[in-house]
Amino acid sequence: MAERNRVEVAEYKWPEPERRRLIGTRVSRVDGPEKVTGRAKYTYDVNRPGMLAGKILRCPHAHARIVRLDTSAAEKMPGVRAVLPLKKVGDEILWAGDEVVAVAAVDEPTAEDAIRAIVVEYEKLPHYVLDTDPKAAGERARPTAEQIEGDPDAAFREAEVVVEGVYGMPLITHCCLEAHGSVVEWEGENQVLVHISTQAVSGIAGQMAGPLGVPASNIRVKQDHIGGGFGSKFSPDSWGIAAARLSKMAGGRPVKIMLERDAELMVAGARPSYYGRVRVGAKRDGTVIAWESETWGTGGIPPTSALPLPYVLRIPNQRKRHIAIVTNSGPARAWRAPLHPQACLLTMAALDDLAAELRMDPLDLLLKNIGLAGERADVYREELQIAAELMEWKKKWHPRGDPSPGPIKRGLGVSIHTWPGRGHACRCDLTIYPDGSVEVKLGSQDLGTGTRTAIAIVVADTLGLPLDAVRVRIGDNQYPPAGGSGGSTTIGGVSSAARRAALDALDQMFARVAPLLNAAPEQLEAWEGRIRVKGDPSRSIAWEQACARLNGMPLTVRGENPGPGELTTAGAAGVQMADVSVDIETGIVRINKMVAVQDCGLIINMKTAESQCYGGMIMGISYALFEEKILDPVTGRMLNPNMEFYKLAGLADVGELVVHMMTGEKYDRRGVIGLGEPPVISPGAAISNAVANAIGVRVPFLPLTPDRVLDALAKKGGSHARV
Amino acid sequence: MGKEVPDVKTGSLSRRDFLKVSGITLTVPLIAGPRVLRVAGAEVKVFGPGKVPMTFTINGKTYRAELEPRVTLLDALRNEFDLTGAKRVCDRGTCGACTVLLDGKPVYACSVLAIEAQGKAITTVEGLLQEGRLHPIQQAFIENDALQCGFCTPGFVVACKALLDRTPNPTPEDLVRGLGGNLCRCGTYVGIRAAIAQAARMQRGG
Repeated sequence: MAERNRVEVAEYKWPEPERRRLIGTRVSRVDGPEKVTGRAKYTYDVNRPGMLAGKILRCPHAHARIVRLDTSAAEKMPGVRAVLPLKKVGDEILWAGDEVVAVAAVDEPTAEDAIRAIVVEYEKLPHYVLDTDPKAAGERARPTAEQIEGDPDAAFREAEVVVEGVYGMPLITHCCLEAHGSVVEWEGENQVLVHISTQAVSGIAGQMAGPLGVPASNIRVKQDHIGGGFGSKFSPDSWGIAAARLSKMAGGRPVKIMLERDAELMVAGARPSYYGRVRVGAKRDGTVIAWESETWGTGGIPPTSALPLPYVLRIPNQRKRHIAIVTNSGPARAWRAPLHPQACLLTMAALDDLAAELRMDPLDLLLKNIGLAGERADVYREELQIAAELMEWKKKWHPRGDPSPGPIKRGLGVSIHTWPGRGHACRCDLTIYPDGSVEVKLGSQDLGTGTRTAIAIVVADTLGLPLDAVRVRIGDNQYPPAGGSGGSTTIGGVSSAARRAALDALDQMFARVAPLLNAAPEQLEAWEGRIRVKGDPSRSIAWEQACARLNGMPLTVRGENPGPGELTTAGAAGVQMADVSVDIETGIVRINKMVAVQDCGLIINMKTAESQCYGGMIMGISYALFEEKILDPVTGRMLNPNMEFYKLAGLADVGELVVHMMTGEKYDRRGVIGLGEPPVISPGAAISNAVANAIGVRVPFLPLTPDRVLDALAKKGGSHARV
Repeated sequence: MGKEVPDVKTGSLSRRDFLKVSGITLTVPLIAGPRVLRVAGAEVKVFGPGKVPMTFTINGKTYRAELEPRVTLLDALRNEFDLTGAKRVCDRGTCGACTVLLDGKPVYACSVLAIEAQGKAITTVEGLLQEGRLHPIQQAFIENDALQCGFCTPGFVVACKALLDRTPNPTPEDLVRGLGGNLCRCGTYVGIRAAIAQAARMQRGG
């Protein structure tokens, strides 16, 4: 670690607004030109010399035992270089799509032919994939301990109004456009090179070392760009290990295994389903005093955990039960804001039904109870007011059930959400070269959130240089280790580490040039490509000339997070509102407009911050209206492992979207807080509430497809009923 | 891997020939050249199932490779010529990430056989640079942050070009028609709408 010269002015904090040239402005992403020209190389695009194509034979049954496995025909096929059984006779398979045999061949068609030549016979075993009814699940239902706060029984007796409803959302998948996969090769006996599509460049080698029997220090991991992860890409996965083993069997030749789309949707992504029966008790004036919930759902074989209920609002008297249902489906993975969209729907829909019962505007109900949000209540209050103005809520809102004639009914819905988002552990090396160029290296990754650009902004602003003076190098585990990109922790981690490195580097530069300017180091500042004396800009030296004082040796400084100074904190708050139209004859829901008001502390790049909110809303519209991983109870297989029947929102589905980011001293002083997750939490609840407001009944479960909408209308009252 | 080669003109299988061939089951030895058969009174060339030599015109340059007739244009571009801008995502004509232009028309390269694309002008996202400078659509995508992870971006850029070539002043309905065949998972549609509006203005000289 470099020597530190900072003495009196040792303040690790973000610059004051007047000292920011780039931070908080709208900066185009630095890797934009690569991405729009097709030059950006993703793992899927890696073509290595002599590369073999890897393919995997998957089990078609949801629960089975292998009774015969014969790979001999595949092994004899011309062009096949390696055949690797991943299961053996007698092994039990617990979900459809699980891996059985991997092969590597000279090209994909040959590998596919080899897969078809493998003979596997299965003994089918009983499977179970239903997740909607815990009573039907028998021993597959695993209740967790009841949680009680306050005195829920007394509170429900005291309540003047009690509502009860059932809400939920099904299993969905991540559907990353770049499938999971890797290209692995051996360089000699003991050295492995891995190109992998991952959210954790610095974390992959440690996970591969054990299975491959190679020291982690001998495993090089690289990734320039990733085509989406959303929480599903932290591991090398069994197919990454298989690619490495196939490569070794084939004499070290590179083996590429990228999942086919059906496998990607079947086994490489799943957000657990959650459903719940919720009771809420309140005073006649809308003061909420009691909560009771029983939830259930599945994440495959591992039991799901309880939800953070009630969401955001800490209702004083609570009783909560959760039943995990174990099913024969591919294992759940973290999906952008794990557990929050589900908890948000269950809470915000129940409160919306309470407001309808009280004939209250749900916005007023939220405002009345916002004190239950704790220390951030004021932020929610401010955000709710801004969102209401942007949505023209008071002008457009009507009590539940659009009274206007005709089949098209319009409605409004509101929801609030929260997310921690404190920066992760991260290190970076910042090097200033004698010619004045600047380089930052860290083993991080840019998921499309704009991480590269944010690092460049922080370093350039700190050193008083233009953006293009800073070269950011990420995506290599030989760079200083950075945390995985999950939990919206990346921006806080990388920006804090980069800021500390740049401040320390600047101190060393100041110490070297201070004598030239007849000043003490602490009197200096970096501004617009020069180092100058504060208050006397005539005494200054150009950055390049200052760097020439490095005597030909680059200056490298290590920055870390966590570290001195509060550069990143936790706790983002957000509000979303939806305006929808529902055709009560066809059941089709259309989004007219959505508004997102969001805080995330100090914003590094306004342009990409807004993009996170637009993207979160759109992904939310997608799961609110379209997405469901449909498992067939008869075969146990996913019925829609493709993109025509696993539907994502398209350009025509999203309506008008409005984003408002909270800014100003009050937000800046909290430091940098992550933003990847928060905006995807509320759309399900806001849209569900808007549909209820439009058609007069609750559609209990997402996605809000025409059949569900029509079914709720037919039941006249849906699942929302007065108790 | 295939190669970019000096410009050579060769014959190619017409779509008509291809349609005549489909539906006929034959046992054909592993030979490189086509076998000529008489079907319904006309001579048709039968290729495969082994590798056959193919020639393509991609972004104005000639490329040659020996490929099995079952190889898609997308896989030929990506695996033989290392033109990896077009992405393989759904691999069955739903998502648009592999969009390229064939004689100026947008197609899903995953759903076109390479052998069919011979003799046509193939334009990929790599071919949109104008004398090394970004195409106005590419510039507009960057400025309006019409991309996040970027995996769908090449397909969208090519589809936008095809749309603006046909419809220089697109209405919102034109956008839905022209770009409805492309999907994005990160949710960049707001940026894409703004980008195409800007590119249309720039192309009109505005």
